[in-house]
Amino acid sequence: MSTPPATLLYCRCAYAQVVPSGVKNEVLQQLCASDASFETVADLCEMAAHRDPRLQAIAACGNLRIAACYPRAVRGLFEQAGVPLPENTEILNMRTQTAAEITTALLRTEP
Amino acid sequence: MITHVHRPLRVLLYEGGGSIPLPAAARAAVMMALLDKGYAVTRSGQGAGAMPHDDRSLLVLAAFTGAAPALEDATGQIHIDTRDITGLEPDAIVSLVEKTRGDKPMNEPGKWKPWFPVIDYTRCTNCMQCLSFCLFDVYGVSDDNKIQVQNNDNCKTNCPACSRVCPEVAIMFPKYQGIPINGDVVNEGDARREKIKVDISSLLGGDIYSTLKDRSTAFKSRFSKERSADKALDERKKCLTKLVGDGFIPADVLASLPSPDEILKKAEAAKAKAAAALAAQ
Repeated sequence: MSTPPATLLYCRCAYAQVVPSGVKNEVLQQLCASDASFETVADLCEMAAHRDPRLQAIAACGNLRIAACYPRAVRGLFEQAGVPLPENTEILNMRTQTAAEITTALLRTEP
Repeated sequence: MITHVHRPLRVLLYEGGGSIPLPAAARAAVMMALLDKGYAVTRSGQGAGAMPHDDRSLLVLAAFTGAAPALEDATGQIHIDTRDITGLEPDAIVSLVEKTRGDKPMNEPGKWKPWFPVIDYTRCTNCMQCLSFCLFDVYGVSDDNKIQVQNNDNCKTNCPACSRVCPEVAIMFPKYQGIPINGDVVNEGDARREKIKVDISSLLGGDIYSTLKDRSTAFKSRFSKERSADKALDERKKCLTKLVGDGFIPADVLASLPSPDEILKKAEAAKAKAAAALAAQ
């Protein structure tokens, strides 16, 4: 049985300038250049600040890949909002990884 | 001004049947423009899992081949709007979305920074130092006596002082620049450095920031000492001034401190909360 396609989520970190703009722009451009469906949010921190119910919908996606920032912080945000991410969630860090590394991981197809 | 009303609409960039797909560069430009204004945008394409919808309005943007169709949610629960974006530049598309949103409130990037502590419960030992330290009531205790962030909005923007006094490096501020407070992996060097900082922060008042070596006796050692209230207040101020001087917290935090009487009241209340939670553990 094949693995269901991953849900892709991109966080823009629009409410603060802590993610390098070159990386976050390039990741979004590469996603837009692909055929993939994906979700984008302006800022996961902003959503967590008021426990946006959308976080629950995100956490409920079984096979999730997130392009955001430090995995420890992203997991903490969801946990603090009362909706822990599943263990198998893959979190890619736009503060430390290259755009190429991130888009390759986001867009790879499951065997 | 912060609003805690959830984002009023979800924007869907539709490129399926009945529409003309945008060139990749135009698609990226539209998405960036909307995200930078604070909107959440879904790109509907192929090959990846779709995310379920919720009860907020859905705004469908597309370069429709004909007139934008009138759509209705089959369940009758969600309001759907459609807008034709044929030939529009990103700024015009943002204006279209803003017009559709109307006067429904939304936090705007640039006008507010989501700044608040995030607890890493894989490291937190529930020692309650953050509760005792914070003068702005950001922290509280859950029904099951667990430390938690209860009042995000009280946190002073760009002040990570509580993370500096956490002996376990368990407090993160995702919008902070430096490691490991920004959420980077904590290595042993970081942990040692943070523990040294705690020793410095004992200036704040030995009743609260004293012995952490033996957690089973921490409760007694922390709260049973008789201390001069004036001295504790003075020490707390000294420590905060030092943190400001070292560039760890912004100067306006000192300016916005509660009055000495209020600080003492808060310290007493925090001490009682922490004591009750630690005793119940």
